[in-house]
Amino acid sequence: MDTILDTLPRLLDGAWLTIQITVLSVVIGLVLAVPLAVLRLSPWAVVRWPVHAFIFFFRGTPLLVQLFLIYYGSGQFNGALESVGLWTFFREAYFCGVLTLTLNTTAYTAEILRGALQTVPHGEVEAARACGMRGLLLYRRILFPKAFRIAWPAYTNEVIFLLQATSLVSIITLMDITGVAQAAASRTFAFYEMYLTAAAMYLVLVYAVLFVFKRIEYRLTGHLRPVGVAPEPTAPEPEPAAPQAAATQGASQDGRTP
Amino acid sequence: MIDLHGYGGLLLDGFKLTVLVGVASMALAIALGLIGATAKLTPSATIRWLAATYTTVVRGVPELVMILLVYYGVPTLIQDIATAFGHDVRVDINSFVAGVATIGFIYGAFNTEVFRGAYLAVPRGQVEAAYACGMSRWRTAWRVTLPQMWRYALPGLGNVWMVLLKATALISVIELHELMRASQVAAQATREPFTFYLIAALMYLALTIVSMQVQQWLEARANRGMEGV
Repeated sequence: MDTILDTLPRLLDGAWLTIQITVLSVVIGLVLAVPLAVLRLSPWAVVRWPVHAFIFFFRGTPLLVQLFLIYYGSGQFNGALESVGLWTFFREAYFCGVLTLTLNTTAYTAEILRGALQTVPHGEVEAARACGMRGLLLYRRILFPKAFRIAWPAYTNEVIFLLQATSLVSIITLMDITGVAQAAASRTFAFYEMYLTAAAMYLVLVYAVLFVFKRIEYRLTGHLRPVGVAPEPTAPEPEPAAPQAAATQGASQDGRTP
Repeated sequence: MIDLHGYGGLLLDGFKLTVLVGVASMALAIALGLIGATAKLTPSATIRWLAATYTTVVRGVPELVMILLVYYGVPTLIQDIATAFGHDVRVDINSFVAGVATIGFIYGAFNTEVFRGAYLAVPRGQVEAAYACGMSRWRTAWRVTLPQMWRYALPGLGNVWMVLLKATALISVIELHELMRASQVAAQATREPFTFYLIAALMYLALTIVSMQVQQWLEARANRGMEGV
């Protein structure tokens, strides 16, 4: 117990790093994923194809391989990277960690959004076109609001997965929750105490994220609730993720299943 | 052509081990999933609560932490308990067993949800009809419920399999010489990390592509009696 209390300040520092990396990757990933999802549905194969290849690569390979490919793999080209002034970034584990997680979540999010965009009823798009909307206006007013609502549950899962996936940055020497726990465990030999504490911290973070995202979902679907019936949700349900993929098509199917 | 510096055989061995770990973990995960789904659908509140705790906890803890916990934590926990009772034991878990047990345990929770969803998708009337024909509970499960659950569970199981396969890369941190670990060894020895991690990535990609084909074939086969699916 004492060892846990002794390491607690450092574990909290680790938690802060975990949160930082998660937020950075989620925000940048979302910003990149929106245009990619649109490009993925482009009528031109020249545009569609590279985006598809990018998404397929990042969804089809383990995150650990991607992380090593960027962090260690960049060392093979350090000469070239140095000559363009990028080596200072690629030398940093922090930069490589955030870059990998961002690219990874971009691919998953883009695919979730693509699925959602495709499930927007065609009639709504036709109606908007008939009203004279097209291009960005059509996307901004009709397609995106609808698609985001459809994609939200699957996107929630993706964010939770990313939060847990950040634990991999401990392998490339970063001191996030897992990194701190691992270092403390090998120093004090308090293996299960440390890892259980780390697990509990992740559990708290995950359910905090889930709580916030369920709240947002509740707000997003306000117009779909029968008037005066449904009360505010008190606690977030530990939503089963997998059956969504099995039961419904489109949006949720394209997420990282579990 | 890319020069593998003689590490091709090592990578191939790693590839085989990755497939083996994946299949073994999936088998365990399916067994745990069926047990978990049954537990979630029983009338007993205690058992339902246990199953809910299982899926809730697994969903909230990163796979890496879980693997470290099982591989390093469980032996020390057993030793500590043994010491408390006045015994002196040394426990070492084989990394293959630890890896398969952990990955199977984690994805068993996801399969629980898949099977629960599949069970609920089978129309209730069919079970009632089976009972009305005089079939016992086990016979109903074997002849009516399970065959149809298979059909509903397949898309979900396919997804779980593909995520599971990628998760096996994490077992490399506990020194199991699967594909990821093998490429790490080759990358360090040859000082060509990019080449070898890219090859590893392409091998995982190949596994994903083959899995997708198999899944499509299985789904087409499972749905052969259905109209317009």
